[in-house]
Amino acid sequence: MLTIKNLHVSVGDTPVLKGIDLHIAPGETFILFGPNGSGKTTLLMTLMGFSGYTVTKGSIIFKGQDITYAPMYERARLGLGMSFQRPPTIHGLPTGHLVTMCDRKGGVDVPALAKRVHFDQFLDRDVNAGFSGGEIKRSELLQLMAQQPDMVLFDEPESGVDLENMTMVGNTVRFLLDGMPGNCGCPRCSKVPSDLTYKQARRTGGLIITHTGHILEYVRADRGQVMYNGKLCCEDNPRRILDHIARHGYQECLRCLTGGKFAQLTEAPLV
Amino acid sequence: MSTSVNLSKYSFTGGEQADPIEDLSRLPSEDQQRLVYAGIDVNDTNVGGAFMQLNHAGVHCHSQQEGLEIMGIQQALQQFDGLPNYYWKLLSPDKDEFTKMAQQHLNGGYFIRARKGVKVQKPVQSCMFIKGQGAGQSIHNIVVVEEGAEMHILGGCSSAHNAKETAHLGITEYYVEKGGKLTFTMIHNWNESTAVRPRSCGVIEEGGVFCNNYILLNRVDNLQMYPTLRLNGRGAVARFNSIIVTPTGSHVDSGNRLELNAPDTRGEIISRTLTTGGTIINRGCITASALPAKGHLECKGLILGGGHIHAIPELETHLAGVELSHEAAVGKIAQEEIEYLMARGLDEDEATSTIVRGFLNVDIMGLPQQLKKAIDKQINALNSGNVM
Repeated sequence: MLTIKNLHVSVGDTPVLKGIDLHIAPGETFILFGPNGSGKTTLLMTLMGFSGYTVTKGSIIFKGQDITYAPMYERARLGLGMSFQRPPTIHGLPTGHLVTMCDRKGGVDVPALAKRVHFDQFLDRDVNAGFSGGEIKRSELLQLMAQQPDMVLFDEPESGVDLENMTMVGNTVRFLLDGMPGNCGCPRCSKVPSDLTYKQARRTGGLIITHTGHILEYVRADRGQVMYNGKLCCEDNPRRILDHIARHGYQECLRCLTGGKFAQLTEAPLV
Repeated sequence: MSTSVNLSKYSFTGGEQADPIEDLSRLPSEDQQRLVYAGIDVNDTNVGGAFMQLNHAGVHCHSQQEGLEIMGIQQALQQFDGLPNYYWKLLSPDKDEFTKMAQQHLNGGYFIRARKGVKVQKPVQSCMFIKGQGAGQSIHNIVVVEEGAEMHILGGCSSAHNAKETAHLGITEYYVEKGGKLTFTMIHNWNESTAVRPRSCGVIEEGGVFCNNYILLNRVDNLQMYPTLRLNGRGAVARFNSIIVTPTGSHVDSGNRLELNAPDTRGEIISRTLTTGGTIINRGCITASALPAKGHLECKGLILGGGHIHAIPELETHLAGVELSHEAAVGKIAQEEIEYLMARGLDEDEATSTIVRGFLNVDIMGLPQQLKKAIDKQINALNSGNVM
């Protein structure tokens, strides 16, 4: 589905990504960990094609097409979707109207989808105007559900979401990835998702950035890796990575990337 | 393009006795097209009444509801003893050369009155049309909403597609009496050689509400106006909404003034200006001389490609307790907003026009669907001109 080869990216004059290789298979969900400033968001922004992120080397192949330098809307129309962490406000544009525009294939029942994410009361409000963290998330998810991408990029889907909304956001992310109707766990929803059914319908690929790992309780994550200083390392089961980071922080990653030299350097003064 | 108007260039006489046009849909199709973009439904369906003036003569006039009077201004002056309570009561003929001209050469205009308690169900459409070369149109309109009455007027002003070197001088006096409600939506559709000098003033009595909408999307040679609304009765409410677009060659100097002269009055001036190469001077002024009073002024401008915007918001009072505020902003479309929409699959043109439509925010005017569609089409057409 998505293949990234030796990707180098600069923001301004500063090299941020320094040779990323990554392959995500159709329907696979990949989790990206890493400390602040390591380049996770830069990778997502570059994949989506934002201006200001200059690819200096390497390539991005999506569904067999080289999209390294393709305009954003071509990537979106090809099936790449993104959930924004801090989307801009667009005055005078009702959210419901934008959701309808996201549905390029046509035929999406916007009010019904909006009900799923408890957003039906917000469709007349201007896009992101005065939205809380949770409302932004629901608005993003709603737009993505209408867009129906083949691969979704999530930048910290759990950030700014309170505990009550986390279940709904988590289940909606799973719905986007698995294509099965889940529910949010609240009294308004009646259907209970079954693990047996959602595994069958899986189609959409996912690349998820997470710090807290809360999202792992909702999605079936296949693989994970840590981004450190513009490079990927430590591929493993995402839960094991999370567990490791929780205990040891990211120091281990630095040692791994520097081939063990880090350990020697820190240990040297002790001798 | 010049910012002054030499009135001697124009002819303010001739054709006063033109034949009536009963059916606007019999007008030449190119004229009809111009009228559609000025907000006029040429089929006259779904209207509460209509008035049309062609150059120097009123040619079309009817009312569909009892208690709604629509007639030419000359007829009204004759019938109502010179309209002593309304004619030249809010404006003075000595104000400037244009008001003087309007007094000396009264070419027409309308008198529209909703009688006490009459709620006019459908919009009343009024239209001022200029044709030919060198025609000057000098008119005087009076709108009266009597106690407890309600009315929405769609006023379209347009020049013919082939009109050249024309001038439009228009006096309008609005009276919203106790508890009355008036929405007046003015749509201008001029061309590159039209000079426009409207002079308008309104008064709102106790508990009255006046919403004044103004739309200018096409090129005009030069236009200058500064309508004033006086909120003289307790609890009166007024709002100006303006949408002004200036392509290259347009010079527009437009302002709105609200005077909060009575306790519990509220007023708002919202303007959205967009230049694609022309000049916009966007003025606004709210004054307050009674307590409590609340006013807000918002002028926002977008520059697409080129052009000049000069925003001049003013607030004035001598009372410490009033609540007056303003916000002004001028700039270009944020790249972040364009890319947000492109990430959803809209190409750059679609994203830009979506943001511009939102910025101009025609929706707040509550216009009839057909008119809104025509306006959206024009806004989208800005895009095909590669100005964005």
